[in-house]
Formats: sequence, structure tokens, C-alpha cells
Amino acid sequence: MSPVAKKSLNPMPLKERIKVPRQLMPEQAAEERAHNFTEVNLGYSPELAQQEAVRCLECAKPTCTDNCPVGVKVKEFVELIVVGDFLGAAAKIREDNVLPAVTGRVCPQEDHCEGKCLLSKKVKPLGIGYLERFVADYEKRMGIRFVPGAQPTGKRVAVVGSGPSGLTVAGDLVQKGHKVRVFEALHELGGVLVYGIPEFRLPKQIIREQLDYMREMGVEFETDVVVGRTVTIDELIEEEGYDAVYIGTGAGLPQFMNIPGEHFNGVYSANEFLTRINLMKAYKFPTYDEPMLDLRGRDVAVIGGGNTALDAIRSALRLGARKAYVIYRRSDAEMPARAEEVHHARQEGIDFQMLTAPVEFLSDGKGWLTAARCVRMELGEPDASGRRRPVPKQGSEFDLPLSVAIIAIGTSANPIVQSTTPGLGTNKRGYIQASEETQRTTRKAVFAGGDIVTGSATVILAMGAGRRAAKSIHEYLTTGEW
Amino acid sequence: MFRIVDAQFLAPGIKRFVIEAPRIARKQKPGQFVILRIYEEGERIPVTIENSDPDRGTVNIVVQSAGKTTQLLNLLNTGDQILDVVGPLGKPSQIANYGTVVVVGGGVGTAMAYPTAAALKSAGNRVISIVGARNKELVILEPEMRAVSDSLMITTDDGSYADKGFVTDKLRQLIQNGTRIDLVVAVGPIVMMKAIAEMTRKENIHTVVSLNPIMIDGTGMCGGCRVLVDGKSQFACVDGPEFDAHQVDFAVLVQRNSMYRDAEQRSLAEFQRVSAVESSARELEHACAAVPASRRGEQR
Repeated sequence: MSPVAKKSLNPMPLKERIKVPRQLMPEQAAEERAHNFTEVNLGYSPELAQQEAVRCLECAKPTCTDNCPVGVKVKEFVELIVVGDFLGAAAKIREDNVLPAVTGRVCPQEDHCEGKCLLSKKVKPLGIGYLERFVADYEKRMGIRFVPGAQPTGKRVAVVGSGPSGLTVAGDLVQKGHKVRVFEALHELGGVLVYGIPEFRLPKQIIREQLDYMREMGVEFETDVVVGRTVTIDELIEEEGYDAVYIGTGAGLPQFMNIPGEHFNGVYSANEFLTRINLMKAYKFPTYDEPMLDLRGRDVAVIGGGNTALDAIRSALRLGARKAYVIYRRSDAEMPARAEEVHHARQEGIDFQMLTAPVEFLSDGKGWLTAARCVRMELGEPDASGRRRPVPKQGSEFDLPLSVAIIAIGTSANPIVQSTTPGLGTNKRGYIQASEETQRTTRKAVFAGGDIVTGSATVILAMGAGRRAAKSIHEYLTTGEW
Repeated sequence: MFRIVDAQFLAPGIKRFVIEAPRIARKQKPGQFVILRIYEEGERIPVTIENSDPDRGTVNIVVQSAGKTTQLLNLLNTGDQILDVVGPLGKPSQIANYGTVVVVGGGVGTAMAYPTAAALKSAGNRVISIVGARNKELVILEPEMRAVSDSLMITTDDGSYADKGFVTDKLRQLIQNGTRIDLVVAVGPIVMMKAIAEMTRKENIHTVVSLNPIMIDGTGMCGGCRVLVDGKSQFACVDGPEFDAHQVDFAVLVQRNSMYRDAEQRSLAEFQRVSAVESSARELEHACAAVPASRRGEQR
């Protein structure tokens, strides 16, 4: 792991690199962005990107790459930024990552590449995510597209779900010359990237451009197909002649807390709340027909501490909420959300009620939410997840007045594909069984990955599964061996 | 895009569309529904499947004008396109030979009840159907229901056709006459389904209702369609839409369906205002065109 400067194109001596501060990401001012859906981060300029890129220590054994679920060759693409070959850097990333403009924005880099960056032992880690985003955006602005021309293999693959794992599988396999068709249940492509992640964190235009790029590569898409209902996995294989199927349907059903009053009007699942905003554009009602409750001047809380929770509450703030709370039963240290999102949310004025949990929702007697009855918690012994278990504090009950409560405590397995595919093994929580190495399921020629295998996780972990699946599907299609 | 190959009013405000949707036509089973979106800014709404023809690759849907989207939908005609149609969604009706089944269809709910009645008949059941509507004009699918029922009873609220009264009156008569009923399937307005549930609960007759809560994706992802069944949250799109009537909390269903009433009314009023302006503009244009140019000049 010792840094080496062998044949480096980076002119800066190693000792100097550590003295260069991490370049700050230019961002929209908090007070301004709290009222709009425009992206928070504005992106590096070429100068900033190069100033940041020179900080890379070019480790002989790059732990950043080892800790990247899709194995992006960080050191190599960063070196290309140093010398100003931004398009080369983009192409380098694309060898491993079909969605760099997405991961550069939403990946929890602190848990992967940047978390293991050698610089972080002394100073702040290299801004790998920011650099990735920069080259992806640069490539987009230049309008230059790298379309590989692989020899057609004559094999056909069906991908179920157009979220991050499905798109990764499709992108990887089409580059190997296989014919790929992606089926999507919703009317728009992109899965969670479109219905889940809001515009201010991931502009939808970026997804559309990524999809256009994939179409150029030859990937076919079909919307309005709920696999399991509209067509089954068996029909795709036997009747439509697909040689392999990849299931990347995502996590599925939102969980509720099963506390009294959860059915009151004003209580949403985060998925519904975000779908109304992101997919259905309900905030543009009545220009768009899908309605949502008017949040202007209302008090809104989200329950949960993940990225979805923060996406929901920051959206509520932007829609005019007077008070916007995060209610989380553990402490800051256990919050699963990306560090940058928590930081941004605090800047925007989100009120974090930590070590707090609702026990009941209260109504006006006509079925409309008026408050959440909450208790304060303290942390006890570690639980099965290894995190300290929150325990209610005696006598700490209080009522938090609310018009809208958004529940973002995770999801459980969507049963549609499993229940309509005989022989497809599931675990005791209902998720699809798949090999961690090859993503093969218990059914021949059927692969699965992402949240439908692991339960709710992140975009990059889903993409990592997609990469492994694509490799293993290619092997299967080439050798015929199962 | 999904092309409309035929469109006919079954009754005032209730229209049947035959839509080219080969994938859905092949898979559709009684009890299932579709979700559709008419145009880019449109909402997603669940719609009843009345029948399908796998050979032609078409699905029949039945729509009753209520809000903006259904009113707009009912303006569409043969040759028009619907942007998105997805399905078939929901679990199919459980079809078996139960013995004697009473199938109740209230209003446009008859369209949803019809394929289930047909399948129950084919499965060897004695099917007694009860169809109710507000008045004569709104009775739909009478010949279709008659063809799949051992007996068919019709009620109208105002007595303008068949027997005056409610579907529950007919069901009560059947029960009082000592008719052995093994299953009741009821599809219609919530008040009707609730009244039937109350009646059969006392008699211990297994009863299934098909629920139509507010829904977005229809695949279980959003949880908006959750209904309270046996004290637990269930998703109508993946766990239903059919549930044991005796376990459904109808009050919660009514309450949740009212969540966007203000927005719905606003949307509808705006739509009607715009339509009125457009149609008077059209009339004016029409009237002007009918008048020779020279005359028009004189009028000014």
C-alpha cells in the first residue's frame, strides 16, 4: 500500500500532494435551495477537478478500487484528469461503471472508495465522487459518445427492472455483443433513480441521457410490463426465447411501523410520497393531474434515518413545509444516510429529533393526522445488526404536532416475481436466493441481484451485483454450463 | 401507446373501450385490473377489466366518468391512443366449485363482477346474480350477466326498471327464502359492499369484496393503496384487490379515498371550465363558418 510515483503523469511531488486541500464542491446556498428542486451540488470546473486530482497518492495497491462494488479504476481515471484528458477519464470509468453521472452523485463514497483512501489517514480523502461526476458531466457536455462495436453473439437476455442493477447488467452485456431487452413495470425507465431520488440530488435529465446512451449501445426497453403479471419469467424463456433472465426488481413493499393511526390521512410511506413528487410530478398539480397534500405552512416529519428519509423530508421542505423533522430512534453515529446528505439537510434547516420514536399517530377524530406521540430513546446493548439497540426512556412521551408523517423505515420483499416463478428459491424474508459470487438463482438461466436479493441497500451495491451478474451471465451464455 | 379499437357507451357516463394490449389480453384473469395514464401529465388510475380476447390481443375496460381523468378518458374514441396501460394487476379471483354463489354487481362494479361470475359458472357453480343501478339507463351488461347466471335479479333505486330497491333487498330475500349460499362476491360502491358484508356476517356466509382504493404504481412499491383488513395493513394491488368482506375496515377505506377530494374537485372544475371555453369557442367558430364572409363583415 505504499505510495509510488513510478511513471506517474502527475507532476506534483508526493509530499506536496498531501498539502493541497480537498477542493470544495460548489453548491447552491442553503437558504436558496431549500425552496427549489434544482441540484444542490453544482459540480467542479475543469480547474477545480485538476486541482483535486493532483492530490491522488497513486497507491500501488489502490484500496479505493478494491472497495468499489463495481471496481472503478480510480487511480487511472484520476491520472487522466491530471493531464487534462477528461474524455479518456470518462471512457476509463465506463469500462467498469455504466452510470458514472449517477454514482458520482448518489454513491456513499465514504463507505467505499473515499472511506479507504490513504489520504484520509492524515487529511481529507480524495474527492473521488466529485471527480467521477465531473468527467461524466464533461463527457455529456462534449456530446461525445463511446459506442463499442462488439460482435453479435446471437444470445438474448431479458432484464427485469430498469433500476441501477438492471441497467448495469444491460450495459455490460450489450458491450459483450448480447442482445438485451429491459422490462420496466412503470411508465418511466430508471427505477429508484426516477421515482425515488429527487431532482435536487439527481436531475432526471441525467437519467434520460444515460438511457439514451444505452439505447445507442443497442439496449432495448419496454415499459408498462410487470414481470410476473404481464408476462412470467418462464414465458420469457420458453415462449419469447430469452437465453437468460436477470431479475433486478428492487426492494418492493414499504414497511410500516404497525402502530395505531398509521392509516390516517396524512401518513405516507416514503415510497408513495417520493413517487408522487418525482415520478408523477404532483408538486406541479394542477398542471400535472396526480395530487398530493399541500405542504405549505404545514409541519411534516419523516420517520427513519436513511437516504430515502432525507430525500423525503428535504422534498417536503422544498414544497413549503413550515417545520421539517427527521425522527430517528438511534443517534447520529448509526444514521445510515450519506454523510453529505445529512450535512446538506442540517444546512437547510431540517430539525433532527434523534433518539426518538413515534408510538402512535393522533387524529382530529375525522381521520386526519394531527400529531405523532413520540418517546425518547437511549442506546442499550448491541442488537443483531451490531448497532446499539434503542430502548424507550420511561415517562419521556410527548406529542409532536404534524400534518404529514412520512414513514421511511425500509422495505420488505415484493412477492410478485417469486410467487409466479416455480422453483425460484427465496430466503425466509422472501428475498430471492442468489449466489453472492455469480448472482445465480436456484433456477437455471435465471439470475438476480440488487435489493430483491439483499433487501434495501444502495445504488452502487445494486450496480455491483449487476456487474457480477453480467460477468456470470456472459460465462453461462458462452459455455452453456450452469 | 395502446390503441383503442372500439369505444361504446354502455350507459350514460359509462364507456367500454376495446384496447390493443396483447400481453395483457393473454394473461388477464377474472378479478384483475389495469392501471392507465392517458397523457404525459396524466395521473395513473386503476380501471376495471370487463373481458379480454387473447386471440385478437385486445382487452375490454369499462370506465365511469367521475373525475377529470375518467371524463377525459370517456372523450376518447376508436383510433385514439392511451399512453400507458399496465396489467393485469392484482391477484385473480379464487375460482372453484363452491356450490351456490351469489354475485352482486353495483353500478359500474358489474363490469368487474362479470368475468368472475362467468368463471364461477364455468367452474360448475350455480350462479345467482344480482345487478343494481340507480335507474334503468345505468343498468349495464344485462345480457352478458344473464348468459353466465342461473338466475339474474335486477334492481333500480328509483324503480324505473325491474324491481325498485337495492341489491341488498334481493340478497336478504334469498337468505330469508332459505337459499343455501356458499359464497357471495360483491363488487360496487363501498356503501353497498359494506351493507352486504354486514348482512352476510350475521348469516356466516363467506363473502368476498373487490376494493378500489387510491393507487399509483399497482405493483406494491408505493403502499398508497393500503387497506385495513383484520386490523392489519394490506396492499390492495398485491394482496388484493379481493378481500374477505367480514375483515375489511370500510370506514378507513372511505376515509382514505377522501384524501384528495379537494384536489380532485379543483382538477375537475378546472377541466370543465376549460372544456366549456373550448366548446363554446368551437361553436362560435362553427357558427362563424356557417355565415358567408360578406355577411360576417356586415355584422361587424
